[in-house]
Amino acid sequence: MTTQQAPAIQVQGLEKSYKELRVLRGVDFDVARGSIFALLGSNGAGKTTAVKILSTLLKADAGMARVNGFDVAAQAADVRESISLTGQFAAVDEILSGRENLVLVARLRHLKNPGKIADDLLERFSLTDAGARKVSTYSGGMRRRLDIAMSLIGNPPVVFLDEPTTGLDPQARIEVWQAVRELAGRGTTVLLTTQYLDEAEQLADRIAILHEGRIIVNGTLAELKQLLPPAKVEYVEKQPTLEDVFLALVGADGKNRNAGTNA
Amino acid sequence: MSKHFFGDTAVLLGRSLRHITRSMDTIVTTAIMPIAMMLMFVYVFGGAINTGSVSYVNYLLPGILLITVASGIAYTAFRLFMDMKGGIFERFQSMPIARSSVLWAHVLTSLVANLISLVVVVLVALLMGFRSGAGVLAWLSVAGILILFTLALTWIAVIPGLTAKSVDGASAFSYPLIFLPFLSSAFVPTDTMPGPLRVFAEHQPVTSIVNALRNLFSQQPVGTDIWIALAWCVGILIVAYVFAMNTYRRKIS
Repeated sequence: MTTQQAPAIQVQGLEKSYKELRVLRGVDFDVARGSIFALLGSNGAGKTTAVKILSTLLKADAGMARVNGFDVAAQAADVRESISLTGQFAAVDEILSGRENLVLVARLRHLKNPGKIADDLLERFSLTDAGARKVSTYSGGMRRRLDIAMSLIGNPPVVFLDEPTTGLDPQARIEVWQAVRELAGRGTTVLLTTQYLDEAEQLADRIAILHEGRIIVNGTLAELKQLLPPAKVEYVEKQPTLEDVFLALVGADGKNRNAGTNA
Repeated sequence: MSKHFFGDTAVLLGRSLRHITRSMDTIVTTAIMPIAMMLMFVYVFGGAINTGSVSYVNYLLPGILLITVASGIAYTAFRLFMDMKGGIFERFQSMPIARSSVLWAHVLTSLVANLISLVVVVLVALLMGFRSGAGVLAWLSVAGILILFTLALTWIAVIPGLTAKSVDGASAFSYPLIFLPFLSSAFVPTDTMPGPLRVFAEHQPVTSIVNALRNLFSQQPVGTDIWIALAWCVGILIVAYVFAMNTYRRKIS
């Protein structure tokens, strides 16, 4: 697109209140092109609000935000051309089939050959066999994969993933992580929000912690680890161990991920 | 307005029409309630209601058609609410599409779904002995009034669809609309109603619409009723549209 050198996302002094509640109180951060940036925070920290402002769904009260070089308030249409949003709840049409969902988004992005785009993405996300089935029969992981696949149509340079693994089981989580890594590998900038420490640890090039409406730290994992007290680090390291046990017991390594359904 | 408005609306319309064709039960339930009412009124109460020389099913059908629309638009609110609640509404709004297409697709889907229900109800009425000598022009006028009425009520339905907090809230608004024909000339002539009720019945929109439809079906002169009916439909349509669009703008800004 237009600005090659500028950061993919620039946020300065972003503020947003819902009546008396000050959700964002001056948020600043930049996200470099082609990197994965994690916005870490507990529930109610303002992560979703920040993502909604960046994806033009909400207007900020104060501050500046640019995505792909475009101002989110003044150039909302250009921003929408540059992004895609995967919200907290899988934004898929339950009544349509997986393939129809993909075709729908391809048409709305005014692309040629929506059918081919859909088939390619189904294959890339191991959903080809399930492509003709109604999404309401999909498992949580399949639904999320379809959701992310829908976000990639048209190759937007910036992708927002709002808590992409909340409510997913460990296998499905690993599937989503693989998808996110692949995305960044292709040069897409990813901003993801999460409340899981290990998710940020696994995926992100940089991590910012959003707390009570402000970014309290922003750095690489190594930088952050030096800040955290040892007890915290221990907790982070314990989580994957239990997960390893779980995954070893149920024998899943993300290979047979097309089998599960919610039936 | 975006250059993609018509294309985007068509794509989204295709999507919600699939919702309808894949859950035909919503159309059937929409039609069943008015059909049950029609059966009950024609075969149970009809014998005791004096409508002069007009057969009761002929007398009743216009009101039943309005009830069909009033109950059908509850599903419009429901479908819109489900889109809002799931993430798909936000996905559409964060995409480079004409933003009002999302609403228009729902409105046009409502129109199609209600027209199907209306055809089903008319077919049942024909089986029950409804007859009309109306010509093509009269039928077209009937269709035109019903389309305007459906659009007016649909834009009303958009408002709770956008603002409701629960599924029940999204469709509860239609109950008073379903009830309104009872306080009109739809089921019984207004002459026997007591004073204030009669005044209300004779001046509320349903009566003029019902009378206009009835006159068109029975090839009577439509008189001023049709103009009052059209004025009501267009008036409600404009007011509801303005409110719905304002609500929508507040939701997406």
